[in-house]
Amino acid sequence: MLILSSNPFFLFALRVCFLLLGALAFFAFPLPAYSQENPYIVAYDHNLEEPGSLEVEYFSTFGTQRGGSGFHAYWAELEYGATAWWTTELYLAGQTTFGESTVFTGYRWENRFRPLKNEHLINPILYAEFEDINGADKILKEVEGHDVEADYAVPNALARQEHKHEMEFKLILSSNFKGWNFTQNTIAAKNLSNAPWEFGYALGASRPLAMKGAAHRCNFCRQHFVAGVELYGGLGDRYSFGLHNTSHYLGTGLAWNLPSGWTFRFEPTFGLNDKSHQFLMRWGVSREFSGFGNMVSGMFKGRRE
Amino acid sequence: MKLYQFVIASVLLFCGAVAAAGPQESPKGPEKESVYAELKKAPEKYRGKANPLANDADAVAAGGLLFEEHCEECHGKEGVGGKKAPSLRAEEVRNSSPGAIFWILSNGVVRKKMPVWSKLPEPERWQLVSYIKSLGTGAPESKSPGKP
Repeated sequence: MLILSSNPFFLFALRVCFLLLGALAFFAFPLPAYSQENPYIVAYDHNLEEPGSLEVEYFSTFGTQRGGSGFHAYWAELEYGATAWWTTELYLAGQTTFGESTVFTGYRWENRFRPLKNEHLINPILYAEFEDINGADKILKEVEGHDVEADYAVPNALARQEHKHEMEFKLILSSNFKGWNFTQNTIAAKNLSNAPWEFGYALGASRPLAMKGAAHRCNFCRQHFVAGVELYGGLGDRYSFGLHNTSHYLGTGLAWNLPSGWTFRFEPTFGLNDKSHQFLMRWGVSREFSGFGNMVSGMFKGRRE
Repeated sequence: MKLYQFVIASVLLFCGAVAAAGPQESPKGPEKESVYAELKKAPEKYRGKANPLANDADAVAAGGLLFEEHCEECHGKEGVGGKKAPSLRAEEVRNSSPGAIFWILSNGVVRKKMPVWSKLPEPERWQLVSYIKSLGTGAPESKSPGKP
């Protein structure tokens, strides 16, 4: 695992990476596509990426920390619709702990599969993820096992020495009903070293502010805003399953899907017990590009008449 | 893992996924026919459904905008067909009931690269149906959807 802390070259390189992603989003692809995203940051629903589309995303979490310094954790995502039933995604994550250092905390590769052909009242999605991260990871993309606030108070210099290779599986059960989306994620994660299975959950509900599309072009029409709430937390591990010594969060979010292809998400999140961070301010920006698959295929195939 | 290993692994993983998906091209020949045949698979209860927005004066205009945002990339401008998906001006679509088109929008044809659009609220899907049913069979008149 690459670990570089407080290194001016690394900080410069990290910023250049994010700038390059931004430039990619602006200039590389001429076909931005409108995306109708839910406001969830943690929970997943059963809506996969459209085939051939690439979504470039940046997310950020500001967190309070008792017994330590507050932090700003961030990650970039490249989400690609490989087929209508398979979405694959690459994450790069880092964090800055105020008064300490900035560290790259690792990468994740996730895949979501839709096993059923048709839409049902409840739609299952199978999720598998490989994580290569270190102990300084603070993105809180999921909460599992006995993850508690005190774990995040460890100074970066120590935390980054812990390397984790982890497999994570989710069963996503999601339903679109009368304009609402309801989703439930059951999480099972296994550190590939000798550690027990850990469990977690995420629940979400969301709804657009308007059910019908407007008959004129607009950025601020209610149909472009989706409001939602999500609840997530840990459920212990194989040997101590349950709510004891676990953390739980409630977030209220809003997504703004612009016709230009940009989506903004905001989600103030509150810890629900004394094992949780008291407050997390989470937000994200993403842009979807259709035709990415064709562009890459075309690069290797050349022109066909 | 060293930085160069990480970069190579990431690029390989991502290119592998893109390559595995293959080119997103228009179905041809028998496959094209089978795409339209999906319309006939709509259950009877959907085929008999009337469009609740059939008398909504704004439905076609709103559906046109939704079409531009979600469908045009694959089905082409005003539904003439594109590299990835067939024309929506074909007789098979013209002759299908609004309910059958609504069913396809709601369920997709995920094995043939048509995504599921159930994330759009039902009224928006019916607006899309209104727009699709308003398309003619000939060359499109060049007018942009939406109210001026």
